[in-house]
Amino acid sequence: MKQIPTPTGLSIHHGETALLQAVPHLSMAEFREAVITSVEQGGRLAALFGRPCETGAVQLIAVVASGETGMLSLVSTAVTDAYPALTPECPQAHWFEREIAEQWSVRPEGHPWLKPVRFHAAYRHGQHVWSPAQDGELLPSVTNFFRVAGEEVHEVAVGPVHAGIIEPGHFRFQCHGEQVLHLEISLGYQHRGVERALVGGPTKRTVHYMETLAGDTSVGHATAYCQALEALAEYGVPARAQTLRGITLELERLANHTGDLGALAGDVGYLPTAAYCGRIRGDFLNLTALICGSRFGRGLVRPGGVGFDVDRSRISQLVERLERALSDVASAVSLLWDTPSVLARFEETGTVSRETCETLGLVGPAARACGVERDVRHEFPSGIFRFAHIPVSTWHTGDVFARAYVRWLEIQRSAAFVREQLAVLSDGPSRGELGALSPDRVAVSLVEGWRGEICHVAVTDTQGQLSAYKVIDPSFHNWMGLALAQRNQQISDFPLCNKSFNLSYCGHDL
Amino acid sequence: MALVSALHTLLALVLAPLLVGVINRTKAIVAGRVGQPVRQPYADLWKLLQKGAVYSRTTTWVFRTGPVVGLAAVLVAVALVPFGGAPALLAFPGDLVLFAYLLGLVRFFTVIAALDTGSSFEGMGASREVTFAALVEPALFLGLATLARCTGTLSISAMFSGITLRGWGQGGPAFALLAAAFLIVFLAENARIPVDDPTTHLELTMIHEVMVLDHSGPDFAFILYSSALKLWLLGALLIGIIFPLRSGQLWLNSIVAVAGMVGLAILTGLIESCMARLRLVRVPQLLVGASVLAALALVLVLR
Repeated sequence: MKQIPTPTGLSIHHGETALLQAVPHLSMAEFREAVITSVEQGGRLAALFGRPCETGAVQLIAVVASGETGMLSLVSTAVTDAYPALTPECPQAHWFEREIAEQWSVRPEGHPWLKPVRFHAAYRHGQHVWSPAQDGELLPSVTNFFRVAGEEVHEVAVGPVHAGIIEPGHFRFQCHGEQVLHLEISLGYQHRGVERALVGGPTKRTVHYMETLAGDTSVGHATAYCQALEALAEYGVPARAQTLRGITLELERLANHTGDLGALAGDVGYLPTAAYCGRIRGDFLNLTALICGSRFGRGLVRPGGVGFDVDRSRISQLVERLERALSDVASAVSLLWDTPSVLARFEETGTVSRETCETLGLVGPAARACGVERDVRHEFPSGIFRFAHIPVSTWHTGDVFARAYVRWLEIQRSAAFVREQLAVLSDGPSRGELGALSPDRVAVSLVEGWRGEICHVAVTDTQGQLSAYKVIDPSFHNWMGLALAQRNQQISDFPLCNKSFNLSYCGHDL
Repeated sequence: MALVSALHTLLALVLAPLLVGVINRTKAIVAGRVGQPVRQPYADLWKLLQKGAVYSRTTTWVFRTGPVVGLAAVLVAVALVPFGGAPALLAFPGDLVLFAYLLGLVRFFTVIAALDTGSSFEGMGASREVTFAALVEPALFLGLATLARCTGTLSISAMFSGITLRGWGQGGPAFALLAAAFLIVFLAENARIPVDDPTTHLELTMIHEVMVLDHSGPDFAFILYSSALKLWLLGALLIGIIFPLRSGQLWLNSIVAVAGMVGLAILTGLIESCMARLRLVRVPQLLVGASVLAALALVLVLR
């Protein structure tokens, strides 16, 4: 047994709140020590972000999640212009520290890869940390890309405009012939400034922002937001609402995993599964639409409960249509595992080792495909998942096959969960009134979205309004995983590898 | 006879895009879709011909020459390939070498037009195309050499009129190996699955498609039309080996051969529907395999 991490942090349960003053305010050396040791002891950096203080300094708050104990540990410190970076000793912090540098114009000294994440102007000073080397306005993907030189080495730039109907992002490959030596991913094209727009809330708009953080994860992000708000308001969600949230969260997973398996088949040119899964994804989306009228679950999850309830006839219709879609997806997906030419493409493509996964702190199916049992529904259960357990689906090979196969395992388990929950759906109210938020508190909310761990951190001010709101989409953790999965692979396998992660651009760019 | 040959050449010019339509329709039906009409490739050609072309400032005359030379070379090749047992419009001893290098010429101009754009995508596609072409060519030549040995002639027309059902009875294994080798050549040269994926939108995985990304309007119509003709040409060779039916009546032979071509298109559609594309590093193995099959066939007939 490992030791319970970090004695210096404030430990809270997921879904609990803490007084802001109770979060240990450490010196920089202590803060680094606390975060680095707790991550070394098996914790995972779920959030690391800055928020402005009245003094003009920036308060850094770190949330380290320990899957073994199911506890979250919070520590904080203050910085002004620079501090010694955590990244050299704690690689999980690398993307977070780049974000902090970009947002708050604070320089993490010794960061090995200090480049903008979203290419926007700093929130503080009005002068970004990359000056004076880079004067003027930051433009997306205008940065010093890592370059490989030598004979037969060539550079391939892909995007931000892609051939398919997907989101914008820039990929810079350093290749030796067909082999990729290095891939650098540059995002930020979809930065909308959502987190800044949430400050001073919550307002009527807030929940709509949440549902559109990443359009394919509407239920996931809305649930994370509502959980944070409900914790701050010390409000208990009715059981029926918890179940309905769980059901739609799993329906979202079913639809997206099905779509991903179809897209993976399409990328290797295997038409049957691609065509059928495209249709069946729609069938799962339509189940969500049957509950709330929106295929993406908009309007369903609301602070205090759910916006739509289901009656008995609708439940039987849901069950019947679920069974039909499930048997369809089973036959479409089994074609994949029965076709040697498909397996030849999936296996040993884009392998991520378990060690890399742990070092980077990957989440979701990408982590479970490396054999890591990391699942918020299991480690930090909330809502219905405290009562109904879904087994964690893992596979050990870390390649495209593993990421596809984990999705298939999860499809089966999510469908079993939805079926079971629809059968035992308790009576009672599905929504209640949420009171005012308690002032000067911080709440951390975790949800296992279909891509992985969604982490929302809400901080309230003295009036009980949001003074800071941090959103961490699973893509934020996983983009670097994709870059490393592509190392020493064939460049022609990149689209397949990319699809096996299927990360969100807008969820990352916020 | 010359009239029939001229008629067959006309048939190729008119029906070639139909094969593409049949392949697409087959794939759609297997995937449970209705799919585009079989005549869609004609509509696409018509649409493109009416459009203007856009040229990048980084391109030169080489880029504009590519599609024109490509189409011209394929048109000459059409005149060299016999169909339905009748000789081709042009036939002379040694025309098989001209045929192979006309296809080579098409490829050369497609590749330099692609390189002329300076795009990294097109460069990668060009590199893949020439690598694979170098591996396909031995299979084609060994196959043609086998036929030359069987029939004792160096003209494609004479060779293919020499293939008969009785020939299959005597040298069946050699013909079967040859047919298998030519099927792989057919799929590889026409950028079909398992070598290339004609429907993909992912530039990084493409071979043939990525080289013609920058062409537009009539230029692109020329490229699509020459690809369709190439599909017809290599298909005609394959059908000539598999279907050596000779009814004695010329028009019946022609109908059987056209039916064979449609059957081949359906077969291609089915192959594309039931297997994934090979990993790019595995493609050379398949292509070398085709050469080995053709070499074996040659050994069998030399014996």
